[in-house]
Amino acid sequence: MSVVEQSDRPGFIARMRDTDIWYSFVRNRIVMLAAFITIVIFLGALFAPLVAPHNPFDLASLSLMDSLVPPAWMEESDPRYLLGTDDQGRDILSAIIYGARISLAVGFASVAFAAVLGISLGLLAGYLGGRTDAIIMRIADVQLTFPSILIALLIDGSVRGIFGGQFSREDSAFYVLVLSIGLSFWVQYARTVRSSTLVEKNKEYVQAARLIGLHPIKIMLRHVLPNVTGPVLVIATINLALAIITEATLSFLGVGIPSTQPSLGTLIRIGNDFLFSGEWWITIFPGIALAVLALAINLLGDWLRDVLNPRLR
Amino acid sequence: MTDTPLLSVRDLVVQFPTRKGVLTAVDGVSFDIKRGEVLGVVGESGAGKSMTGAAIIGLIEPPGRIASGQVLLDGERIDNLSVSQMRRVRGKKVGMVFQDPLTSLNPLYTVAQQLVETVRTHLPLSEKQAREHALALLDEVGIPAAKRRMDDYPHQFSGGMRQRVVIALALAAEPELVIADEPTTALDVSVQAQIIDVLKRLCSERGAAVMLITHDMGVIAETADRVAVMYAGRVAEIGPVRDVVQHAKHPYTQGLMGSIPTLAHDSDRLVQIHGSMPRLTDIPPGCAFNPRCAHAFDRCRQDRPSPIQTGERAVACWLADQEVGQ
Amino acid sequence: MLAFTIRRLIQSIGVMLVVSLIAFVMFRFVGDPVDQMVGLETTIEEREILREQLGLNDATPVQFLRFVGNAIQGDFGVSYQFKRPVATILGERMPATLELAFVSAILALVAGIPMGVYTALRRESVLSKLFLMISLIGVSLPTFLIGILFIFLFAVVFQILPSFGRGEIVDLGWWRTGLLTSSGLKALILPSITLALFQMTLIMRLVRSEMLEVLRTDYIKFCQARGLRSRSVNFGHALKNTLVPVITIAGLQIGSLIAFAIITETVFQWPGMGLLFLQAVQNVDIPIMAAYLLLIAFLFVMINMAVDMLYVVVDPRIRIGGGEE
Repeated sequence: MSVVEQSDRPGFIARMRDTDIWYSFVRNRIVMLAAFITIVIFLGALFAPLVAPHNPFDLASLSLMDSLVPPAWMEESDPRYLLGTDDQGRDILSAIIYGARISLAVGFASVAFAAVLGISLGLLAGYLGGRTDAIIMRIADVQLTFPSILIALLIDGSVRGIFGGQFSREDSAFYVLVLSIGLSFWVQYARTVRSSTLVEKNKEYVQAARLIGLHPIKIMLRHVLPNVTGPVLVIATINLALAIITEATLSFLGVGIPSTQPSLGTLIRIGNDFLFSGEWWITIFPGIALAVLALAINLLGDWLRDVLNPRLR
Repeated sequence: MTDTPLLSVRDLVVQFPTRKGVLTAVDGVSFDIKRGEVLGVVGESGAGKSMTGAAIIGLIEPPGRIASGQVLLDGERIDNLSVSQMRRVRGKKVGMVFQDPLTSLNPLYTVAQQLVETVRTHLPLSEKQAREHALALLDEVGIPAAKRRMDDYPHQFSGGMRQRVVIALALAAEPELVIADEPTTALDVSVQAQIIDVLKRLCSERGAAVMLITHDMGVIAETADRVAVMYAGRVAEIGPVRDVVQHAKHPYTQGLMGSIPTLAHDSDRLVQIHGSMPRLTDIPPGCAFNPRCAHAFDRCRQDRPSPIQTGERAVACWLADQEVGQ
Repeated sequence: MLAFTIRRLIQSIGVMLVVSLIAFVMFRFVGDPVDQMVGLETTIEEREILREQLGLNDATPVQFLRFVGNAIQGDFGVSYQFKRPVATILGERMPATLELAFVSAILALVAGIPMGVYTALRRESVLSKLFLMISLIGVSLPTFLIGILFIFLFAVVFQILPSFGRGEIVDLGWWRTGLLTSSGLKALILPSITLALFQMTLIMRLVRSEMLEVLRTDYIKFCQARGLRSRSVNFGHALKNTLVPVITIAGLQIGSLIAFAIITETVFQWPGMGLLFLQAVQNVDIPIMAAYLLLIAFLFVMINMAVDMLYVVVDPRIRIGGGEE
């Protein structure tokens, strides 16, 4: 008697409207645009040497004569430089394309690192349970209390403290960033994977696999992992945008990618010094590029979340 | 007492625009409720009972809306009132009791606070008078030690007690009509009868009419004066409870009656209606019940039957039409 | 109720211990503290004496206990960069950060909550859609970029607001405030809005989704069915019920404001703890990093406790317990 039938109550339809129709109506066109922009930026970054009009890192081609040229539609501009040049005469458009390449590389690498770490720890915690589980999840809880940017900064500082003298900034910056960002993002994967591992662990087919003596690692990889691809994909997409923003922030704060091979964040930091002398294009254009990239990936992530609708922890 | 019914619902249609087209949740429903009368409305989930109740009190969730038809209270339309006019009707003229007492009360206010606010919204009473009024109501609905307990929070009461509080709230401003939407479905079987009792007693003392929505034919048989049977958003049959229960005319009502156990008919097994009610998206043409009806013939699959009035009863069925014609 | 408080207290102490351990490990093992304190010309013997004096030769647990004991007394060692006690430096910088975070928190709440309520109540209005659009952009734009755009617009193009620093400071002896001078207040505008925007967006989205959730509940429908005035239904009944989840998240968000201030302080050269911390990271000044981490953790824990106390005020189900008949 206590079964509460809800099918004829208005709440259901109102809810449908709040999710499905709203998204399909407002978002899908925007989502397609976001996907298009993302693909264009990805391809541009991937084939940067072919796409970019100049090679901003080729010191021989730089000339101080061409420094601080404004964008093409302003006075005293140079048609060779669509978005102008910086203080060293580097073409801003090319620098953005190469910068996006580095930003995306850091983004993908740190998301991959975080995912592998988080999934492994999540599987371990869920499958083994007991003390392993308790320790991993306690660390996750404490880490979740702090903003990832703070954790990334702490790790960045510590890593450079430990290995400080051994490598040059240029060589190590990329790896330090990937490590810092990756370590600050693993928690969400671990929690999601752990909870679905707990569910799967007790299902009959996993029990059966265990009975026939399959190695636990094999069981986890073959039976548990496929069930978490959806949620992991959603987290990874949203994290990619976050990782790119975090990289840009760290680079902007001066602890990320150095200015010899600038990422988008580094470009913004360099340009920031020229904001007051009127050369706004050096910082504003990379800023727009970063914002558009992050927004597009975020929109895709939102859309994926709505479509796959996983239960995230 | 005048001849005008207290409530008159005329050809009510409630629709929801959705992505797949317009859903018609209530499709041309008409009925009257006289002063002091208890009308039972029975039907399966999704038959449009609750939606009809929500339409009367003007609480259909957007995007749902009354597409056509009228709702008249005391002979005056209330379906087209402004928001603030309708607010004055709710609680004051039409009260409502919801299904689940565990979720019907705001957890953050005491029972007394909720009662006093409701009373003072509609009646010109001071805080102190409203509190006395509230206490009297709680006594009446049978809250033991009401004076001590009225300053407790809802979570401190049991389910049955909370539903008594809900009834007190619905009756706080002395409405002339109470819509009770499955008031006992969420409760333990042991307290269901008590709650129905309280509801019926208080309403009859105040001369308030009741629209009792339920899927429990047994409750209707014991409580209601008249019953309306709904199916797929339409009224299949309406009439005095005893007539309908004992001589159901619509095959769907007959099926429903077959599904309640009785002591009088010593049958071994309960009759079941085959199949299930169609979804609102694919209601068949003609009579909505025809795919499940043992007596369906061609006309049932083509033309939609409208209710045919004979005396106090009305049946929307071509079989009944034939009887009348003969 | 008492058990609840004690459990939370134990959890808080646990978090602080874990964070202390991390801070200690950083402090002790990232780089050699002795190297940082002495010059290159110091002999090995002198270094060894210093090690002994600092207790670096003691067993690790003993060192950890000493570290925690010192930290409780406010002794975080000496900054490698400034050669001054970390506690003193942090104390000088703290008012700037707290004022910035406080003003931002107020801004985020004062703007975010009404926007959330409005977008939930008037879902179809143009303004609501505008708010939602802004919030999506707000989530995607990095804080430092917003700061730069603000500087570009208001300091470079229109030249109406200062782009860096705190303005004129009044020294109250125990607190150096920028809130009492007009230049101090002016200097606060851009940084506080920059810092508040992201949190405001989050709070708005949170309030909106919670409001929508609550507006669908039976008790709100029952309130409407009783003919209560819509202002009472929307604010007295619905909004109050959204407060519990909103307080939780808002509390955490306001905690993270202090950490996010690192970015804002850098963009606006705001002389607070965040800027200090960033300089410490750039120069691997471990004592400052460790102390900052502990301080932030402590603030988080305090905010969490305050949030728990607020729950008790708001929600009778926690205050009185589930006394079913």
